[in-house]
Amino acid sequence: MRRPWRLAAEVSALLIAAVVAFPLYWMVLSAFKPAGEIESSEPRPWTLSPNLDSFRRVFGQQEFGRYFLNSLVVAVTVVVVSALIAFLAATAVTRFRFRFRTTLLIMFLVAQMVPVEALTIPLFFQMRDFGQLNTLGSLILPHIAFSLPFAIWMLRGFVKAVPEALEEAAYIDGASRRRFLWQILFPLVFPGLVATSVFSFISAWNDFLFAKSFIISDTSQSTLPMALLVFFKPDEPDWGGVMAGSTVMTIPVLIFFVLVQRRLVSGLGGAVKD
Amino acid sequence: MTNRPLRGSVPPPGDEQTPKGSGPAATSARAPGTALSAAAGTAVRGGGAGPVPVKSRQAGAARPGSGVGSGVSRGAGRGLGRGPGRGAGVGRKSPLARGGWTPWLYLAPALVVLGGLLVYPVYQLGLISFLEYTQAQVSGGEPTTFQGFGNYATLFKDEQFWQVLLATVVFAAACVVSTLALGCALAVLLTRVRAVPRLALMLAALGAWATPAVTGSTVWLLLFDPDFGPVNRVLGLGDHSWTYGRYSAFALVLLEVVWCSFPFVMVTVYAGIRAVPTEVLEAASLDGASQWRIWRSVLAPMLRPILVVVTIQSVIWDFKVFTQIYVMTNGGGIAGQNLVLNVYAYQKAFASSQYGLGSAIGVVMLLMLLAVTLVYLRLLRRQGEEL
Repeated sequence: MRRPWRLAAEVSALLIAAVVAFPLYWMVLSAFKPAGEIESSEPRPWTLSPNLDSFRRVFGQQEFGRYFLNSLVVAVTVVVVSALIAFLAATAVTRFRFRFRTTLLIMFLVAQMVPVEALTIPLFFQMRDFGQLNTLGSLILPHIAFSLPFAIWMLRGFVKAVPEALEEAAYIDGASRRRFLWQILFPLVFPGLVATSVFSFISAWNDFLFAKSFIISDTSQSTLPMALLVFFKPDEPDWGGVMAGSTVMTIPVLIFFVLVQRRLVSGLGGAVKD
Repeated sequence: MTNRPLRGSVPPPGDEQTPKGSGPAATSARAPGTALSAAAGTAVRGGGAGPVPVKSRQAGAARPGSGVGSGVSRGAGRGLGRGPGRGAGVGRKSPLARGGWTPWLYLAPALVVLGGLLVYPVYQLGLISFLEYTQAQVSGGEPTTFQGFGNYATLFKDEQFWQVLLATVVFAAACVVSTLALGCALAVLLTRVRAVPRLALMLAALGAWATPAVTGSTVWLLLFDPDFGPVNRVLGLGDHSWTYGRYSAFALVLLEVVWCSFPFVMVTVYAGIRAVPTEVLEAASLDGASQWRIWRSVLAPMLRPILVVVTIQSVIWDFKVFTQIYVMTNGGGIAGQNLVLNVYAYQKAFASSQYGLGSAIGVVMLLMLLAVTLVYLRLLRRQGEEL
């Protein structure tokens, strides 16, 4: 590629990166701005007197620490449990030939398309009958179910990529099926599990609808999205508080993303293939 | 895929060395075949997809294995059209075919969870949509009565429903098109720049991707706030309110949705482009193909499976947008002008306790997404995709 073109491409890439990152920058900036500067008609993209007032308000007025922990419990449980279940299921559909295999795969695909939100109504009654309303279980259970089909579908590619010769060699060397599964296949598929877990983590961490519908009266079981909206009154939002809460809520996901970034990029390429 | 040809060719236990030995041979013999058929259109998957997982996966040796695996089973799936070399390849499946109950054992947890928390609720959704089900029935004050298609009739007679349906479809379509266009353009841009700008754009995009929908919505609202937002200052719009008008409110939500969903497209397509072997691109440019021609005749066909996946995913996600609309337009906008089906169903069910009506809306959504799924399945099949 010729020089000037590449330069133009690089400049525009940097500009676009700046635009894309701007909302996040503004969020963090507003969280640290003193109240007077946020609610000013001359907003400035910097602040000379950063302080933690908004964070103090968020953590003082609400049990934000507790909600943070609740969200974390939900997301981590969903990620771990659905990854394990999906790994087993993906192994079954890629390493075995059995009746209804194709039917099952199509079912998994169709299951991905089910609009989770439409199921809020029946799930609400189901959770009520299980006595799970107002508990974190009412958030964990549906999210495990909804992240499974996509996880299985994605993991297929990773499980398939492990050569069958390896499996044969393991059996010839006397490994049992279980040993092959957990000591050989699992470590090899692990990068795929990480890429997959990004999606289940996000869907669980971000969940707003289930939290809003199932955690109706017991605020101690609330999660971050709900807590955040307490500061977000339509007429007079406490922008400082909202932005501080948003920052607290976004940071863990950002860290998670940066950690798995490389595997995500390669992982998606691999998964999409199949 | 049937299991007959596979089962049929299971060698006796002592024979396992033989297929194993013939594995690599079959691989090398078939490899050129795959490459050739890659040029021939539909089978591009075979050639294009093979190297994809290799790039930075630990299981580097996977490429020949998976390539052959899919090649073989595709052959078997088509029935009898098996060349002489393929018999040995099918034999390689031997240890896998003898699963017995094992696959079902592995599947059991997934099936239990999905059955209980997905299939059963879908059934319930359908059931409730045929019932008169309001607060009175929920609290047990009145018995539930079967309504037949009563809820649907009410719904289809309601003018607002049709408005919401139209808005949902148009809004989702606009989101999908913008997301895909932006994502693909930036993916191509990523391949043209050196490491530093690429990393910057990648990190910014990951940041947008990682941002939870609720916080993304609030941040965008602040950015476009009539009193305190920087956007109106920069554009000199005074205290123009973006959420007041129907279209500007939808446009604002669209911006947010595109912002947080283009990274998935960009990263996936970029990974796909990177996985295309450089030799192919070099060969094309040596043959004198222009950049545009390379994109159209080499990259696009090779990336088609990836493009199909991201398109379908985007359709599904954007059709179901809930949080952004709910938060940014405060539950559906002034007089419900920004309602989409999801929010509409929620409002009917949980705000006005008409659970039967809400479920009927849910069923309509379900059917529409099911139609999308069927299109997807057809596309997969036309590509000769092996399930």
